[in-house]
Amino acid sequence: MLTALMILCLGCVKHGPPSAAAAKGNGAAIVEVSGGNQIAAAGAVLEQPLVVQVNDAKGAPVASAAVTLHDAQGTTFQPNSGLTGADGQFATIATLGAQAGRYQILATAKDTGGKTVDLRLPEIALSYEATIGRHLSDYYCSRCHDQESSAERVSNYDNLIEKPHAFTDGAFLNRISDSDLTAIITHGGPAVGKPAEMPPYGATLHKSDIEALVAWIRAAADPPYQQKEIVYAQP
Amino acid sequence: MRKFLIKLRQTLFGDSARAFGTLGIVMLLSMAVVPLRDQLREWSPYQNQYLKMIGGRADAVSLRRRFESGIHQIYNPKLGVVDRCTTCHTGMQEASLRNVSLQPLNAHPPIPHRLQDFGCVICHRGQGAATSVEEAHHSSRASEQPMLPARYVESSCGQCHLDRSPGTPSLNTGRNLLASYGCVRCHVVTLPDGAKITPTDDPPELTHIAEKTTREWVYGWLKSPQSYSATATMPNYQFKDDELRDISAFLVPQSPTPASAPPLAPAPPDAATLQAGASLYGESFCASCHAVQNAAGLMVGGNVGPELTRIGMKAKPAWLAKWIGNPKVYDPGTEMPHYRFDEKQIALITGFLGSKTDSDWMSGIHLDAPTNQQIARGKQLVSASGCTSCHVIDGLPKSENFAPELTVVGSLPLVKALFKPGMDHSLPAYIEAKIREPRSLGPGLKMPQFSLSPAQVQALTTALLAQTDRARTLPPSMRVAGVYPTPYEPAGEAGRLMRDLNCFTCHAINGHGGDMAPDLTWEGTSVQRVWLFKFMKNPNTLRPALIRRMPKFNLDDHEANVITDYLMTVYQTPAFDRDETVTHADKAEAENGRQLFYSKYACQSCHIVDPKQDKGYIGPTLTAVGSRMNAAWIFHWLKGPAALRARTLEPNWSMSDTDARELTAFLVAQKGQSAKMGNKP
Repeated sequence: MLTALMILCLGCVKHGPPSAAAAKGNGAAIVEVSGGNQIAAAGAVLEQPLVVQVNDAKGAPVASAAVTLHDAQGTTFQPNSGLTGADGQFATIATLGAQAGRYQILATAKDTGGKTVDLRLPEIALSYEATIGRHLSDYYCSRCHDQESSAERVSNYDNLIEKPHAFTDGAFLNRISDSDLTAIITHGGPAVGKPAEMPPYGATLHKSDIEALVAWIRAAADPPYQQKEIVYAQP
Repeated sequence: MRKFLIKLRQTLFGDSARAFGTLGIVMLLSMAVVPLRDQLREWSPYQNQYLKMIGGRADAVSLRRRFESGIHQIYNPKLGVVDRCTTCHTGMQEASLRNVSLQPLNAHPPIPHRLQDFGCVICHRGQGAATSVEEAHHSSRASEQPMLPARYVESSCGQCHLDRSPGTPSLNTGRNLLASYGCVRCHVVTLPDGAKITPTDDPPELTHIAEKTTREWVYGWLKSPQSYSATATMPNYQFKDDELRDISAFLVPQSPTPASAPPLAPAPPDAATLQAGASLYGESFCASCHAVQNAAGLMVGGNVGPELTRIGMKAKPAWLAKWIGNPKVYDPGTEMPHYRFDEKQIALITGFLGSKTDSDWMSGIHLDAPTNQQIARGKQLVSASGCTSCHVIDGLPKSENFAPELTVVGSLPLVKALFKPGMDHSLPAYIEAKIREPRSLGPGLKMPQFSLSPAQVQALTTALLAQTDRARTLPPSMRVAGVYPTPYEPAGEAGRLMRDLNCFTCHAINGHGGDMAPDLTWEGTSVQRVWLFKFMKNPNTLRPALIRRMPKFNLDDHEANVITDYLMTVYQTPAFDRDETVTHADKAEAENGRQLFYSKYACQSCHIVDPKQDKGYIGPTLTAVGSRMNAAWIFHWLKGPAALRARTLEPNWSMSDTDARELTAFLVAQKGQSAKMGNKP
């Protein structure tokens, strides 16, 4: 009988949308396994699936717990709800909303008391400009600015005397104005009293390319970059 | 009641003056309704909301001055655009509203085109002329299209853009996938400029399959290609077991057995031989093209050739030895170069590859000798499944146009599409479902199941949605031309050698070839002959950070001389003379150059001149650049690197002639160790 129920539950995960009645497991917490902090173009499918796990009070995975994802800001999911598998995990594919910016995807489950436990997964949707900037940055900048080294692409970070800042380093980069960032990229480090290790790209990239790079640096910043309000002269 | 009506008629229309007065009042009232009706339009609240929002802003005066109430329209007869979307999306063209995240009032994010030139529906589709929310966005009448979900918006770029613009990553990926997954071998896809997408995959001919592999392997492979090789692009045809039995029976014994019996499989190599084989595999840089899945499940290596994780299960040792000896004998069009391995080396590599097996993979497959009936059924199945669209198979004609043409699939009328229950009733949803699970849309469909990630499915859908009627009717002047490979081929003995070694798999020359290694169009201006000859004989590492490197082809002196002479003579830039004197290389100049190298330009960040102190390894090592490159090339390179090699990582320094000359003087003095040995060809 129990086996039959289990099969029924597993069937639900695979096929139809689960009904609340089919959910048997109740956890104490919902945690992220993978899929947070991804970056994609606005409106695009996130490359990696979102995987969340429902745990009980002792931290052990809970099977057959109902998980729901909420489509705030136009994000859609395939599927948007379901039951956790035997490993306590639930996976879904997310498509970001059409607006560029920061997204907080909300995943919820019910705990044993029937209260909602939730998890927020931050994701970043890039504007067209930032997408171009990301592409340029991958090609021209990340060899030094990204510490991450792989066999396919070795980072030059360790070879530099003055260490470059990762473009995600919002704590540092958010304090530099757009015009200063543009000056560093265009004229190289010495333009703002930094070493010549940062070469000038003003004769290599177009003005629009450099604007795109600044847009990408702003989009990728962690903590997020807060755009300053433009101050207009009063009439 | 009747009396009242008569009286009313008397009062209003009793005589001509009364009638005229009454009609006048009615006219006045109805004229007042017209502006009132505008107030009741669906777009009116949005315009009021917009005025309210900008009212509180510091730039309210400017914004209000540019705002007009009523219907807004972008009209461009050349493109057939009549778009009234900006009636509600009021702030679209106001750059200062980019931070506002309030639809429909915010500004459009920055794109390279002006809204007034292109309008909205060219990119977003939907009905531009409509002035109600429902009709403009969601119209699903047979002749009309609803708006495109944002994730496919790049497909609209593809109506004009045939170049691989960096702004359309998903479209580019999709078009690449159409070519590399063999989609265009069954479906014809013609781009708006009339060029057919040509396949870039290389499905093997099956004429000699019995020499290469076993019937059991073919059975297991067809059952699930991805279980054999996770990176396989071959789709799964979801054949049943008896179908697999018959197809493998038809495919494998059909090949004529070679006249001379193949040599017996060599004894399994001992550990030392295996190790030597692994070393040779590494030294020959097989991994530049072939991937192997490591213990952690990660793919290590390139994707030019097939994955070799389980190659020992597939390739018969005798065939493997023959293939490694000279792949061109078996397949003249292969991208695999003809390494000049000797017998011992061939045995080492064959032994090493033969050891790459997986005891689980074929364990469940046991096939009895086939009956003629089974073979006949196999032939029928192979023919009906369209196998000959990709593979050459003896006894079967190549199938042309096996599947429907997809040239205008982006404008497919929905009445022609099949939907399953519960599916979103739209063209993007239909195309996506067709790609993701082709056979789920109905019984008897032939399209096989591909292994694609969600992002790949999105990319393919984007590329197909770009194939619209509109793309073909747009003025040709709007088209951004595609970059197509040229048919360039080098001539003579050198040309034959370069094809034998497949130089063009990695290097491009005159617009033909790959981008894995440097473009060689002007190599003859760049390098010195002595160095090039030595490099041909034994390619050493110029860029230590690269994993993909030039393999050692074991060329003899004659071959190396032929290629070197050809490269030195033919591939020269017309922009300047290789032997131009740019520096007298005196000590003072070189010393200034050293200062510039280490301080002003900080070249050591990316290059190494002195291995003891310099560490940069993004650019090539320059320890012996003076015995490798010509002074004129170095000088002109420093003046403008992208002019000599497009897309080089070296930035343009806008360097003065003096700086470039002094740096050149410093660099040509770097002769390295090899120069002292005085090697001559």
